[in-house]
Amino acid sequence: MTGSLVDRHTGFVAELRRAGLPVSVAEGLDAVRAMRLVDLLDRESLRAAYAATVVKRPQHRLTFDTLFDLWFPAAVGDGAGAAPDPERPARTLRDDGRPVPSALDPRVQARRDELADLLLSGDDAGLRRFARLAVAEYGRTPGQESWFSAGVLRAMSPETLMARLLAAVLEGRERGGMAERVARRTFRDRMTRFEDLVAGEVRRRIAEDTGVERTARLAVRPPLERLDFAAAGRAELAALRREVHPLARRLASRLVRKQRQGRRGRLDFRRTVRASLATGGVPLTTRHRPPRPHKPELVILCDASDSVSAFAHFTLLLTFALREQFSKVRAFAFIDAADEITKYFAPGADVADAMARMAAEADLVWITGRSDYGHAFKVFDERYRDAITPKTSLLVLGDARSNYGELSLPVLRAMAGRARHAYWLNPEPRVQWDTGDSAASPYGEIVPMYECRNLTQLTAFIEELA
Amino acid sequence: MSRPIDGTFASPADAGRRLAEVRYLADEAIATTVFLAQALGKPLLVEGPAGVGKTELAKAVAAATGAELIRLQCYEGLDEARALYEFNYKKQLLAIQAAPADRAWQETHDDIFSEEFLLERPLLAAIRRAEPTVLLIDEADKADVEVEGMLLEVLSDFQVTIPELGTVAAVRRPFVVITSNAARELSEALKRRCLYLHLDYPAAERERDIVLAQVPGIEAELVEQIVRTVGTLRDLEIKKAPSIAETVDWARTLLALGLDALDEAAVAGTLGVVLKHVSDHERAIKELGL
Repeated sequence: MTGSLVDRHTGFVAELRRAGLPVSVAEGLDAVRAMRLVDLLDRESLRAAYAATVVKRPQHRLTFDTLFDLWFPAAVGDGAGAAPDPERPARTLRDDGRPVPSALDPRVQARRDELADLLLSGDDAGLRRFARLAVAEYGRTPGQESWFSAGVLRAMSPETLMARLLAAVLEGRERGGMAERVARRTFRDRMTRFEDLVAGEVRRRIAEDTGVERTARLAVRPPLERLDFAAAGRAELAALRREVHPLARRLASRLVRKQRQGRRGRLDFRRTVRASLATGGVPLTTRHRPPRPHKPELVILCDASDSVSAFAHFTLLLTFALREQFSKVRAFAFIDAADEITKYFAPGADVADAMARMAAEADLVWITGRSDYGHAFKVFDERYRDAITPKTSLLVLGDARSNYGELSLPVLRAMAGRARHAYWLNPEPRVQWDTGDSAASPYGEIVPMYECRNLTQLTAFIEELA
Repeated sequence: MSRPIDGTFASPADAGRRLAEVRYLADEAIATTVFLAQALGKPLLVEGPAGVGKTELAKAVAAATGAELIRLQCYEGLDEARALYEFNYKKQLLAIQAAPADRAWQETHDDIFSEEFLLERPLLAAIRRAEPTVLLIDEADKADVEVEGMLLEVLSDFQVTIPELGTVAAVRRPFVVITSNAARELSEALKRRCLYLHLDYPAAERERDIVLAQVPGIEAELVEQIVRTVGTLRDLEIKKAPSIAETVDWARTLLALGLDALDEAAVAGTLGVVLKHVSDHERAIKELGL
């Protein structure tokens, strides 16, 4: 291999490691061996070779693809066949030299027609070519130094093409039916694909101007399991919610295994004798009954105010998905009053539904609609005192920000005293505890408080709990 | 097929073509990874949701390379005796009882720990075969963690030490495919030694081709509708997303019922073929407006 290719490779692997992918030296070598076997001019082969050797978790794939596109770009500069035609300016200029607004500019509209055709046919190679051209034309307004995808998306505004696309496929069939929903989804996927292509193309152009490493550091989001709940966007929250069931399954099987290997149950005499028949009546191996599983009762008290809702929702979903690991799970939500929300998580209930119904129906607000931990604890203690028994593990989810209200420490102390264990999960970074209206320390002295900001921390905690 | 079947793939394209000949439609990533696994002599770890053709891939590789498939199905409690080798107790006992009374112990000992009393299990069988072999270690996530340790040992050197018989080294390295549903995370050590392939639900175009290949006599137009609808179902937040196998089943069902378009009534009547949970049904009915 030539020197520059080795440099590219080591730089790329170093960047993957920086982004949080655990690439070992051996795996890096495997990648080099694999590169010698594939056709380096075929970019997708090269991508597959790298993916097979250095990416061993599906959660890391997105990060990998972003970095791969930066380090092994599909084109240089305007690229072949996608250079804007110098004879044909991207925009029409008015007499005073300023561009005509996109919606009125026939040149922009012609490009939009091209885009509509591509979205309709689903031609991926064409879409990729078009994205490159669109970025070259609209990604940089005259006088600006850097590249932006916002300009491209504003000029092309793909989502406003939806009505036209739907009309083209449905051909006068009735609207609102299944056919429309399916078509709508198909087009939305293709539009997202176009937006991704534009974003990738913009990153590539920026990288050409300012250097690959710098761009890479700005472009890469942390992988899902280390993503801060509070920083998750809408799409990432949806991805997190989709992780709930697989994660619960993984956790459950790990818990079952842990319980099983812990201690053995009583000797199963009958099965031991039966097994000894195979070895001439000598009981070489003894058989045991399965041990009685330890199943704690769980009472969850969660802050449902906006500041922590993403975290609280996710934790609730996960605990209810793990219902079989506990003998009983009861959940209560509060803002400045408390209400039981267990019924929304009945077995088989729909995930998204449960959340919506909880927000609409449960009686969580007393006066202000802002978190008031003190009052919420009091209401809980008055109405649901018998929920906490000596068999219960009490779990409080919240950021301990009580808007300077009273804290009701004695009430919480009494609750924690009655429970077998009590834990507090706080989705704020530890450095922000006790700043402003946070009452982390006073509460933390009564109930041990843990920082829980991402999937990894949450999984570790739940495993500990069950 | 007239072309002589030769064990190795020449290039990613060759791998893709020969897999297609045995009716496994591989995309570029799959073909390249399979080719690399064979060329580098490394085990291939295939992970992904249920029903996306992980096990099928191993079978297809075996068929395409003219190799025999040896399968080790993993389950909880799988141990060395079931995976690697075991001595046949009962037969040994019989041999001891049948031995003449004056025979020396040493002689009997050598006799009963010989090849004759060895029960070959899949791993040992795959290592000892001189002909091309594909070793499929299915659902490795179901097995206990200790089994992974054993696999590491066997798969890194392709040799097994049997104390009574000595070391058995592979005559010819088998092509190893390990599949996992990710019910638990496999150990880093095992992942490091393997090439990794994540199989997900296929892109609409590939799924359409798969259905067309699997269900002869179906209209391309109907398949297009089925594939798009299944794609929409997978996007909903449901418990069990429909797999490729279920898409194919759905296509067969609609074909058998003689339906030539997938409208609301057809979907509502046959939803049970693709969705297997009550709550998933309710959600689909609500979201698709059935």
